[in-house]
Amino acid sequence: MANLKCNIAGIESINPFWLASAPPTDKYTNVVRAFEAGWGGVVWKTLGEDPPVINVASRYGVHKNNNRSIVGINNIELISDRPLQTNLDEIRQVRKEWPDRVIIGSMMAVIEERAWKELAIKIADAGVQGIELNLGCPHGMCERGMGSAIGQVPEMVEKVTRWVKDVVDIPVFTKLTPNITNILWSAEAAMKGGADAVALINTVNSIVSVDLDKMAPNPIVDGKGTHGGYCGTAVKPIALNMVAEIARNSDTKDLKISAIGGIENWRDAAEFIALGAVGLQVCTAAMLYGFRIVDDMIQGLSNWMDDKGYQSIEDFRGMAVPNTVDWNELNMNFDTKAVIDQDSCIECGRCHIACEDTSHQAIEFSVNDDGKRIFRVINDECVGCDYVQ
Amino acid sequence: MAPEPCNTVNGRPLTTAKINNNFDNLHKPLNLQQAIAESDRCLYCYDAPCIQACPTSIDIPTFIHQIRTENINGAAKTILSQNIMGGTCARVCPTEVLCEEVCVLNSAVEQPIEIGLLQRHAVDSFISHNDTHPFTRQKDTGKHIAIIGAGPAGLSCAHRAAILGHQVTIYEAKAKSGGLNEYGLAAYKMVDDWAQTEVDFLLAIGGITIKHDQIMGDNISLQYLQQNHDAVFIGIGLGQTYNLGLEKENLTGISDAVDFIETLRQSTDKAQVKIGNDVIVIGAGNTAIDVAVQAKRLGAENVTLVYRRGEEQMSATEYEVNLARSNDVHIKLWSAPATIIGDTEVTAIELNKTIIKDGKLLPTDDTYTIKADMILKAIGQKLNNSALKGVSIERGKIIINKNYETSLKGVFAGGDAINTGEDLTVQAVEDGKQAAHAMDAYLTQEEK
Repeated sequence: MANLKCNIAGIESINPFWLASAPPTDKYTNVVRAFEAGWGGVVWKTLGEDPPVINVASRYGVHKNNNRSIVGINNIELISDRPLQTNLDEIRQVRKEWPDRVIIGSMMAVIEERAWKELAIKIADAGVQGIELNLGCPHGMCERGMGSAIGQVPEMVEKVTRWVKDVVDIPVFTKLTPNITNILWSAEAAMKGGADAVALINTVNSIVSVDLDKMAPNPIVDGKGTHGGYCGTAVKPIALNMVAEIARNSDTKDLKISAIGGIENWRDAAEFIALGAVGLQVCTAAMLYGFRIVDDMIQGLSNWMDDKGYQSIEDFRGMAVPNTVDWNELNMNFDTKAVIDQDSCIECGRCHIACEDTSHQAIEFSVNDDGKRIFRVINDECVGCDYVQ
Repeated sequence: MAPEPCNTVNGRPLTTAKINNNFDNLHKPLNLQQAIAESDRCLYCYDAPCIQACPTSIDIPTFIHQIRTENINGAAKTILSQNIMGGTCARVCPTEVLCEEVCVLNSAVEQPIEIGLLQRHAVDSFISHNDTHPFTRQKDTGKHIAIIGAGPAGLSCAHRAAILGHQVTIYEAKAKSGGLNEYGLAAYKMVDDWAQTEVDFLLAIGGITIKHDQIMGDNISLQYLQQNHDAVFIGIGLGQTYNLGLEKENLTGISDAVDFIETLRQSTDKAQVKIGNDVIVIGAGNTAIDVAVQAKRLGAENVTLVYRRGEEQMSATEYEVNLARSNDVHIKLWSAPATIIGDTEVTAIELNKTIIKDGKLLPTDDTYTIKADMILKAIGQKLNNSALKGVSIERGKIIINKNYETSLKGVFAGGDAINTGEDLTVQAVEDGKQAAHAMDAYLTQEEK
């Protein structure tokens, strides 16, 4: 069985699967349950200065497909709403009970040097192996000058990272918001500030749905709603791109990446690692199915690595990065054609109507004497769009 | 206190509740969540095979897509615009040999979409949630159509003719409308008085009058209808049954399956419908299966279905045959009724084993006897043509041309009674609809 042990920005972890800073890592009970289930580490729910924030009800909206599966969640929950000392005491306790697991302390504060430094020192003292700077929360905290309000300004990202690096001797992860125009600006700022790693993506600013009876966006708090942070499998494509942008950029390619964004299973995890991530953070999938999902993540990743002959994560990490290029580096002379395997064709006709209505009229449709519906590619018309997959 | 079931015997206690439960929906209807989940499996095929397999050409992928988007009223209108009795067809169509048989998912995952259940969900939901009729009538044409028979063909014809602006009077022999929907289909397929609910829904279009207890050749005649209306549609189905041609066929305990089903369907308390302990059903079509399964569910100890040929030749669908077997109906093949035994009441039946020799079905000397206190004959129905003077008939069915017109000018026909009839509710609905358009063309042309 392949070895999933890894080193994430200088921190040894039994596997690359950590729980992201979020409700699942809010307190002692949840974190212990996660470690019992097999998670390699947790990023504790973001801590701020006292007094603690007050959360609203309700907090979550969901985006479902027609089979009632949830493809994305949006939340308007804030950072930890418990006293700082309670959290620090519990971190100490878990640290003692689970010496082989990773605890990262997530934090946020207003844009004041004193606030960041004092809080970082307190959290580091509780025994965390690293500190993550929450510069991404797109709701509630940003209106108070925190979260994405800082993450959206590269100068502030750099400054905050440096403040914390100055006072702690453990790795610092700068968590980036996707709600920006170019992720490289934030990543470079974090690097300049001395970050050991970047963690991305935080949630995407969103309105998940509108209740057409109450005429308000979900989740609804006493008749009104607000924009929240979108996460889950729906944001994975956005996260993959931003991870790849950092991994293939010459200035940032050596920055360690803790990847976050719609990781639901081992395959998602392998894709992020192939694009250069050193570690992974998961939240939504655990919130949907419970901590047990880590079992299949561990086994699935390990089995796939065995099949491929990879001994460790480093063996395939970043292998897809050289193949991720700018558009103008693509081969203009490459050609491919749609192929319809007549033996496995179930005659639904979707390829025909999609090509006929929305593309290049390159799939002809005829009916045999025996009633069999035949779909054939007209190679001269086919541009090889690969929509027919 | 409710009366005890009349079929309770020692060692076989049946409760009224158990019998009622036996006659609950054969297929449990889908709730909204189930319907959406099932609709999401549909591939929304282009020029879909299911549409072509449906005699009424319902745009199935479209209505399923509409369920998927929770546009349930839209789904119902898509169905009802092609088939005003979509609710009944959803319940009774042999979908396994129609739309669901050709679903492309049969080859992909061997599990076709549950088209019948989805259709039922849409139509039931629409009818139970809407007071307004989904269609409106065109301007009154001043023409008056007579329809004989308020069964699926007649009602469908009436509804479409009403939409086209004609006045319609339906002459129905029985006390209630619906034809086989009301009197002939298996009770567990038409629960909660669905046939009458659907008739009420359909009549809400307006312009249709139904006269009951109108018996052809008795208190009305074809000639009278021709003289007093601009066109006539015959939708009388097959009202007569065949005899076995054996002695003692009139013994107590022997009856036609269709009569037995009618009694069952019209009973207000199924626990009071008398059933034998040793029931023999003769026949191999869906009616034979219907009556055999219902006999079993009423509490008959032994139900044996006998058929003179093999399983391959049974006209009942594979699904129906399996339904009979799973309801503990014994099926005896290659057995032809030879002798009815009993004095005033039937006590047994002697059967001849049969063989095929030189392509012909022949009895052998091999016989056996089965105990029987009830014999139900389901050996087919035929047209009662006694009051159809002047209408050309061939091989027991009314001949029509491509415009559904009989040999009499202005007299049209459809449903089981015509030579293209298929013994399918959904085909009768289509016949009625198409005949209405043909009559409309005839009446408009007449005017020019």
